[in-house]
Amino acid sequence: MLSLTILVPAILNGLLTGAVYGLVALGLTLIYGVLHIINFAHGALLTAAMFAAFFAHRLLGLDPYLAAVVLTPMFFVLGYCLQRFVIGPAAHGEDRNVLLVTLGLAVVIENMLLYAFGADTRTINLDYAFRIVDLGIAFLALPRVVGFGVVLAVTLLLWLVLSLTDTGKAIRAVAKEKLGAQLSGIDVAHIYAVTFALGTACLAIAACLLIPTYYVNPHIGNAFVLVAFTIVVLGGMGSVTGALVAGLFVGVVESLCGLYLGESLGQIGIFVMFILVLLFRPSGLFGERA
Amino acid sequence: MSEVLLSVSGLTAGYGAIEVLRGIELEVAAEEIVAVLGSNGAGKSTLNRTISGVLRATNGSIRFAGAAIERENPAAIVARGLIHVPEGRCVFPNLTTNENLDLGGYRRGRAGRDRNRERVFEIFPRLAERRSQRAGTLSGGEQQMLVIGRGLMAEPKLLILDEPSLGLSPLLVEELFALMGRINREGIALLLVEQNVVQCLEVARRAYILEQGVFVLNGKSADIRDNPDLKRAYLGL
Repeated sequence: MLSLTILVPAILNGLLTGAVYGLVALGLTLIYGVLHIINFAHGALLTAAMFAAFFAHRLLGLDPYLAAVVLTPMFFVLGYCLQRFVIGPAAHGEDRNVLLVTLGLAVVIENMLLYAFGADTRTINLDYAFRIVDLGIAFLALPRVVGFGVVLAVTLLLWLVLSLTDTGKAIRAVAKEKLGAQLSGIDVAHIYAVTFALGTACLAIAACLLIPTYYVNPHIGNAFVLVAFTIVVLGGMGSVTGALVAGLFVGVVESLCGLYLGESLGQIGIFVMFILVLLFRPSGLFGERA
Repeated sequence: MSEVLLSVSGLTAGYGAIEVLRGIELEVAAEEIVAVLGSNGAGKSTLNRTISGVLRATNGSIRFAGAAIERENPAAIVARGLIHVPEGRCVFPNLTTNENLDLGGYRRGRAGRDRNRERVFEIFPRLAERRSQRAGTLSGGEQQMLVIGRGLMAEPKLLILDEPSLGLSPLLVEELFALMGRINREGIALLLVEQNVVQCLEVARRAYILEQGVFVLNGKSADIRDNPDLKRAYLGL
């Protein structure tokens, strides 16, 4: 057995990683829960957001946390337009078309980034990137602690929006009862686009939280989205709280597997768990039974 | 007779190549109760869905309060005050009673919402008791009251009720029809689309009989009730 001085930091670090996983999954699960589609462009959009955060720093000297303030609304608008004017119309009302359209979108975005920036891996240098927070029992990287706080705040904000605003109520209504929503005067195409926009905005925030300590290349988003899919299923498809809790859980599993099996095998635990969930609790931790 | 509120003329509609409605002519005056009666598969729901804009008419015109609405989307039609309360109690199961009602007034904004909600609670006191409860956990009758209440939140001029009595106990059906009279007395026109012929003819002033997508008969409720053909076909007398 490992001692607590190793175990506790590993768990804490896992929670910090898991929070950002959770945020990526949050966008994915929101879109699934309302539009009932799996957004295959999620990873590519995350990559695009990370490139945006990277160049905001490289070209404009914008700090990633400051860039989040600008990029989040920009990606909100981008997401809205993608769903309203590309994905929605191209789908012609068939869910399986949506699947293909988002997959096609992913290919286009990734290859555009590859064409524009090459396959190089890039990082940015920030003076606070290596600053440490000393909790007594563990040392944690400052940017990751900040990220954790931001994710909790964003989740809370999203929850408040969904619970208290008319648009939020309409989003939840459309998720379960599309006809009833239409007949109540809710513009379903608009609500779909707003939901997609919220999911995309989550990615912009996640990108700005990742970029201080992570690298970016044209395929980086897929690594996160693969984990995010696991989180969405584990948390229960469409469940916002589920995404956050499962995200944190997956972060810890990855961290502990890395500790016991070696860093490169950390993700094995996630996918073993994914298979176990599918076998024994396919509706996820917070999912409603189908 | 007062001014015409809804006027449907030469309406044809269906799904893809399948034509369900042919040459429908229908009029509802302001503050009137009109019934559309017909058996399963006669095209009643298709008629409602076409009027409320969920389904596009292939031909013909639909005018509401002086405007042509056959090309408008459902949200715009709701904003005009034409509310279709669908069959099968399409409540938002994951939302509370209060939230369901809030969304009924979605196009009206927040002004007047509290007043409208109190009015709904006056008509349906049971909903007031269940205001914080998730709609999915309400009984069938309560869900039916909720969808009607949700429709009232939009301050309708015309309420289309699609099979409101379906699956309710006889006692509840009795109560529901009494409440329809009450809603109508507040100045709201009702288009009742029902299989429940006897009670419909009691509350409605006029009625249309729909058979295989065509109106085969229309007139004053009293005349239709005494029509020997109808008695044989629908009442089994």
